[in-house]
Amino acid sequence: MAKIIVVTSGKGGVGKTTSAAAIATGLALRGNKTIVIDFDVGLRNLDLIMGCERRVVYDLVNVIQGEATLNQAMIRDKRTENLFILPASQTRDKDALTPEGVEQILNNLKDEFDYIICDSPAGIERGAQLAMYYADEAIVVTNPEVSSVRDSDRILGLLGSKTRLAEQGKEQVKEHLLITRYNPHRVDHGDMLNLNDITEILSIKLLGLIPESEAVLRASNQGVPVTHDDDSDAGQAYADTVSRLLGEDVPLRFHEAQKKSFLSRMFGGRR
Amino acid sequence: MKLLDFLKRERKKSASVAKERLQIIVAHQRGHRGQPDYMPMLEQELLEVIRRYVSVDQDAVNITLDSEDDCSILELNVTLPNSKDDT
Ligand SMILES: Nc1ncnc2c1ncn2[C@@H]1O[C@H](COP(=O)(O)OP(=O)(O)OP(=O)(O)O)[C@@H](O)[C@H]1O
Ligand SMILES: [Mg+2]
Repeated sequence: MAKIIVVTSGKGGVGKTTSAAAIATGLALRGNKTIVIDFDVGLRNLDLIMGCERRVVYDLVNVIQGEATLNQAMIRDKRTENLFILPASQTRDKDALTPEGVEQILNNLKDEFDYIICDSPAGIERGAQLAMYYADEAIVVTNPEVSSVRDSDRILGLLGSKTRLAEQGKEQVKEHLLITRYNPHRVDHGDMLNLNDITEILSIKLLGLIPESEAVLRASNQGVPVTHDDDSDAGQAYADTVSRLLGEDVPLRFHEAQKKSFLSRMFGGRR
Repeated sequence: MKLLDFLKRERKKSASVAKERLQIIVAHQRGHRGQPDYMPMLEQELLEVIRRYVSVDQDAVNITLDSEDDCSILELNVTLPNSKDDT
């Protein structure tokens, strides 16, 4: 039985799609059969991050409306074994997604996969609520910024009330905090919320910390999830995040500013 | 140099200001969790009604819903300005 994990945030542009792609890739690289589903109907871009945009024929909405089978719509990742993508529609409007349709798709996938990763659209409305509704666990993506932290708190409120698990009242959706675009230099200067403050304010468990990194843009340019760039800080940080998701105890990295060497300071290293 | 130091010291605070603001915002949001969906609207409309008679701040109206065994109690607290400040 697959574990359903929603990647969500409230605020837009904080790194949900980047994270969903990177984490799904990491899970598959570790031998778990994984599918990542784009719930951002109308604004799909998971396929771009995964580098499979030219292989999209059918999408989530086609399947829900019976115009294609699940097998026709699923795209097998070219690089990673065990990894599949279910793209969103670019043209339909958001109302094409129905709770019943989503439930049916998830039920059909549950037996075949170990992990189902749902890439949520931004916002706290219908689309975001549908993406989280059937989740067993949630990864709340947060940037070290007031508006992002506030929205994350609102998402936590929804996870605790507007999900199937919450409505059944038996157990809660397991909540994980993923801080992204973290810049330890700015934190040191007192210009950015530090990770302890964010975890304290939201009071959920920290799953991972992804530094602000040039590798992320490079990865999205190439359409290769950043997890494959295992020399990069962000790639390694996502790999650590996946390990923790799998229950391993991995120490935190990339949360402290690298001391600049004398030479790089002299000759103006990158900032 | 002095000015630079001053600017630096001023800037140091922005993260702690962010933290303080967030603590207040989050406490407020959590106070509203689990309440019925109509509560924000109700609160807003009550505020508008009160404002027809007295000028009050946004946070002057505070409503909470408590559930007891077989009924719910809607508690409404309005902080009015001192009457001598008014008009
Ligand atoms: N760790 C990072 N370092 C640098 N840039 C990043 C990082 N994470 C994300 N970004 C950049 O931030 C932008 C938004 O990322 P992404 O599309 O993953 O966010 P999103 O939350 O899915 O957005 P939306 O709400 O629109 O769906 C992208 O340009 C991405 O390259
Ligand atoms: Mg996205």
